[in-house]
Amino acid sequence: MSDVVEKTLTALPSLLSLDSQPGSAKLSTNSKLGSLIRGITELTSKHEEEKLIQRELSSIKEQVSSPNTTMRQMKELMVRTIYCEMLGYEATFSYIHAIKLAQQGNVLEKRVGYLAVSLFLNESHELLLLLVNTVLKDLQSTNLIEVCMALTVVSQMFPKDMIPAILPLVEEKLNHSKEIIRRKAVLALYKFYLIAPNQVQHIHNRFRKALCDKDPGVMSASLHIYLQLIQENPESYKDLTASFVTILKQVVAGKLPMDFNYHSVPAPWLQIQLLRILSLLGKSDQSTSEVMYEILDESLRRAEMNHNITYAILYECVKCIYTIHPKSELLEKAAKVIGNFVLSQRINLKYLGLKALTYVVHQDPRLALQHQMTIIECLDHPDVIIKRETLELLFRITNDQNVTVIVEKMLDFMSINKEDHTTADLVGKVAELAEKYAPDNEWFVETMNTVFSVGGDTLQPDIPNSFLKLLSEGFDDEEENKKLRLFAVNSYISLLQGEPSKLPQRFLQAICWVLGEYSHLREDVEPDLVLRLLVKLLNIKSTSSETKSWILMAMTKLCSGGAPLSVPLEVSETYSSSMDTMLRQRAQELQYLSQNPELQARVLPRGVSQEPMEVDSSLSFLDGFVSEALAAGAAPYKPPHQRQEELSRSKALSLEPYGLSLPISMSSCSIADRQSPTLLSVSSGLSGDRTDHSHKGGSTTLKLDGVRRVWGKEGYLAQRESAEETAPVEAPSPLQPLVQQGDGDASYSQTPTPIPECEQEKQQLASSLFVGLASQSSVCLMGKSEQTSQRFRRKLKDPAASFPSSTQNPLVSPPSSVGHLLLDSSISSDLISSPEQTHLSSVDLTVANGEVELPDRDMKGIKSTLLREDSALAAGSSPHEELDRPKDSCLTSHLPAELSGLPHSEITPLCTSPSLDLSSCHVQKDDSLVLLVFMKSSSDYDIQQIQVQVTCEELEVSCVCDSPVEELKSHGVVVCQYFLTVKSPSVYFVLSGMMSHQIPDNSLQETQFSHRIPLTSFLRPLRLSTEEYGTMWLAFSHDTKQNLPLMMDAEEPLTATLKVLKDKLQLHVVEIIGNEGIVACCLRQDQPCLLHCRVHAGMLAVWLRSPIPELPDCLLYHCQRALQES
Amino acid sequence: MQFMLLFSRQGKLRLQKWYVPLSDKEKKKITRELVQTVLARKPKMCSFLEWRDLKIVYKRYASLYFCCATEGQDNELITLEIIHRYVELLDKYFGSVCELDIIFNFEKAYFILDEFLLGGEAQETSKKNVLKAIEQADLLQENEMGLFYALLAAVSTLN
Repeated sequence: MSDVVEKTLTALPSLLSLDSQPGSAKLSTNSKLGSLIRGITELTSKHEEEKLIQRELSSIKEQVSSPNTTMRQMKELMVRTIYCEMLGYEATFSYIHAIKLAQQGNVLEKRVGYLAVSLFLNESHELLLLLVNTVLKDLQSTNLIEVCMALTVVSQMFPKDMIPAILPLVEEKLNHSKEIIRRKAVLALYKFYLIAPNQVQHIHNRFRKALCDKDPGVMSASLHIYLQLIQENPESYKDLTASFVTILKQVVAGKLPMDFNYHSVPAPWLQIQLLRILSLLGKSDQSTSEVMYEILDESLRRAEMNHNITYAILYECVKCIYTIHPKSELLEKAAKVIGNFVLSQRINLKYLGLKALTYVVHQDPRLALQHQMTIIECLDHPDVIIKRETLELLFRITNDQNVTVIVEKMLDFMSINKEDHTTADLVGKVAELAEKYAPDNEWFVETMNTVFSVGGDTLQPDIPNSFLKLLSEGFDDEEENKKLRLFAVNSYISLLQGEPSKLPQRFLQAICWVLGEYSHLREDVEPDLVLRLLVKLLNIKSTSSETKSWILMAMTKLCSGGAPLSVPLEVSETYSSSMDTMLRQRAQELQYLSQNPELQARVLPRGVSQEPMEVDSSLSFLDGFVSEALAAGAAPYKPPHQRQEELSRSKALSLEPYGLSLPISMSSCSIADRQSPTLLSVSSGLSGDRTDHSHKGGSTTLKLDGVRRVWGKEGYLAQRESAEETAPVEAPSPLQPLVQQGDGDASYSQTPTPIPECEQEKQQLASSLFVGLASQSSVCLMGKSEQTSQRFRRKLKDPAASFPSSTQNPLVSPPSSVGHLLLDSSISSDLISSPEQTHLSSVDLTVANGEVELPDRDMKGIKSTLLREDSALAAGSSPHEELDRPKDSCLTSHLPAELSGLPHSEITPLCTSPSLDLSSCHVQKDDSLVLLVFMKSSSDYDIQQIQVQVTCEELEVSCVCDSPVEELKSHGVVVCQYFLTVKSPSVYFVLSGMMSHQIPDNSLQETQFSHRIPLTSFLRPLRLSTEEYGTMWLAFSHDTKQNLPLMMDAEEPLTATLKVLKDKLQLHVVEIIGNEGIVACCLRQDQPCLLHCRVHAGMLAVWLRSPIPELPDCLLYHCQRALQES
Repeated sequence: MQFMLLFSRQGKLRLQKWYVPLSDKEKKKITRELVQTVLARKPKMCSFLEWRDLKIVYKRYASLYFCCATEGQDNELITLEIIHRYVELLDKYFGSVCELDIIFNFEKAYFILDEFLLGGEAQETSKKNVLKAIEQADLLQENEMGLFYALLAAVSTLN
């Protein structure tokens, strides 16, 4: 006993000193942390702080790695480390110790360990794998607190691939007797669903159970999952609408325990969550919406205005009411709520009011009219955030009448705004408005000039692209086009004559393109003058090399106008030795083309009808190059994410336990995926509506009766006092005009009462801003006067042919066909073995597409080669479409009888020797592919001992008969069959062959050839049930994910897209459920590939899995092509 | 919710909780920029900010700024109330909380936050339940200390 007493006594002073420190007792528990914090506050400079912390960290480092440190001390050390990290000092050495603490400490120490882990690491950190066992152990612990801690950390971060290891345990916790455990388990499952949706697919029914849980906490936790599920696929959950409505009814009626009240409002978080779910369910669905009208009304009624929390609920109600199928009664109430928000003196509410207004204005433009004066005031609000939101609102109500004022306001804002993100966003909006509603050419060009100069280099690249596209494609009226271009040229020449060094690079590039393309329209300006201006630009130091290549291209185009040659020659000489290869290339082109007018005229035709060029976005013309490289042993292309993944995998130690061989998947992609081009979607939504309404508006005359007139031709007419609706701000002045209703002319009388000047100003502004909203109804907002709004809408000739990205190939412009210059014809020439084709001159701008060359090599030749390629690809679906070709048909008759009924590809020539023509095609049998080689004698004598050998590294080739063909009669045909099966998948298989035969003088003649077969020819549908698919999916380890284009114009995008894949690639669609579809195919029975397709954000998110490593990527390539072509 | 930051009027970070995986470098950059932006705003201004592609909701309590980042479609007002509820919880736990409490007991503040928000979503909105969960874990600590105090008491009676 005395021992203990003694020990305690020695410990006493230190304990007492702790308690006597300044501050309350509760500050003393972490003494060392306390002194560290105090130490820091006493310091005066950042430098001293740094020194102190570094010292602290090195002492911590020493202690944590010492074996004598107890877990208790470790806990204290960890707290200090967390503090240092929060101050911004790195302490990576401690991460592993945090995991150790979570693993080995007692409950309290564990708690700090888990906390440190959750603060230090994120879900992609590799050390997290070491936590898996600890979590597993704690999940099975009998101590509730340990289970809670494990679930807490799991719901924050967990390695995706390890989910299967703990999933059963977490699932089991859904039945736990303690609600806190059930609740955390639900949230853990929510987390799993977010990071790996298909891992929890099979337990969706458990979610329903959680939704019905008797504990409100568990139930509301399950709503997180449902919100997510319904967001992705509202159709499958319509049956739950009534349940959600019932829950909301009970909540609103205050049936939940008092604990859930927040400032005497019953469970506001729960209410808002439910309202969000309901709005998703009721969106454009009348019958579902009808179920919820009553409760929405009730919610509005119950949420009396007194506290922020009720405003939050009201705001959510309003959003819901405007999202679901409209009901006029509710809309009216919602509009009133919005009015109260907008007019509120509390700035947060005003902001939300504006936001709500922005949200609803396309449905109800009159609401904006009601609050016009408030909106005007908000435009001058001292808080930029309010201003910004107001501009957003104005953006939505822009039409061809108020566009100039609104754009001016936006440009004003940009000039004071410093934040890049906002500028980029606004600039994009201005450009969009200018393009849609520009009143005239001058305004359009000038506005775009401002856009370019203000936007600078933060500009989204698609803005200059679409601007140039608009200039080049023009509108239906040629005369108008010419005027616009001419104006642009004028404007740019004067800009360049000013101080071009201040202009952003992107703008200069656009200027160069326009001058190169259209400066000839101005007849009074010598090309020499333009050339000189461009040279001046070249010599400015700040001009980037990308811009320089645009300048050189512009010069190239100008030279064709017969400009004196000295300037371009000088320039091209200077730059032909540039270090920048792109620049050097342009210089060479300039030099070559300026000296060769004939070629120039062909490459850069001027004044030809500007047909959009066909852009082969799948880059199929490079296929030959690729397959040659592959044949030469190059590694197959891997998409960046996969490379990254493999890199990280090969670098790191394998930390995964045995037994689970799921690969680390691309969690790095998730951030990029999340970004959606909101601007784009907004505008498309708007324009979609617009056409809709303008249709209605166009056919009928404007309905004026029964609608209150608020606006006259002259602009703002103050609103008539209508009993309850007039809000104080709407009648800010004594102005009480008489408005004659129904009369088309603006016959109104003004009272003689003097109006304060600033008020007058505001009203003027109002009238210019809200003009066009005037003639009531949404018709006018959505695009009144079709001609004007149409005028800048470009002709939609070929939506697929997009303007090529400037960084890759700025020379290619839609109207000219210079693009082929880039394609090096030498790529193809060495692939081709037959002698007649080797004399491809390098000037000849042919794109050789693979081995199969057509005799004619002009521009049409390119297209037809492309076509042939396509038809070979599509062979599976339409095998007979090419049969009417005369050359083929004669060979078709030689198809072996047993194969004649099967789909076969087009017969293509392989090679020719003086006496023999070789052609081939492939026939798809159920289990293999048969390559047929047709040998047609073209000589007058018999040929003997013909032997054809075909090899391919990735394929197994077996010949039906190995013996050589003894004799081929003059002009006869012999067919050889080869069975092909895939050894290792590749996008294209290149078969190399050798043919030898004896000619009469007994000498042996050899000819080489090659033939290319796409992977698609080997694909066969794999017929599976959904269950089989499920088991296979889990068994396969190699996977790839990518987003593919979706056929948005089809009625059911997913079904249509999958049908294309089914038809073109012979995939088997196993099942389509809502917005997900599962598809399967195989090469051979043992080489399957499974696809999981999900519609997400307007794209088709495809996830492929297969036991064959290369297969998913190769298949993905073909899926991409198939979808692009259709 | 994407993340939550607590910082002082001097721009010193007091608490940070990230619900999206970001690299340390990005976190630091975001924190620095955001702290600057928020501190530059005047008291009567709107509590919401559009910042990059995020919606920032912030509120100042005495010398401490509470700042949450949410996705665009989230309800700003309810986020503001989340902040408020968190402050209420801290207040109840520490007993009229001040910045010093959070500085010296930041791990406690984290524990409370983890009971209230989990993975960026409101987990338990009932004040009673959150504090119950925290107290249960704390009880263990007191038990441990209790043994020590019992010993002390024994010593003092001996003396």
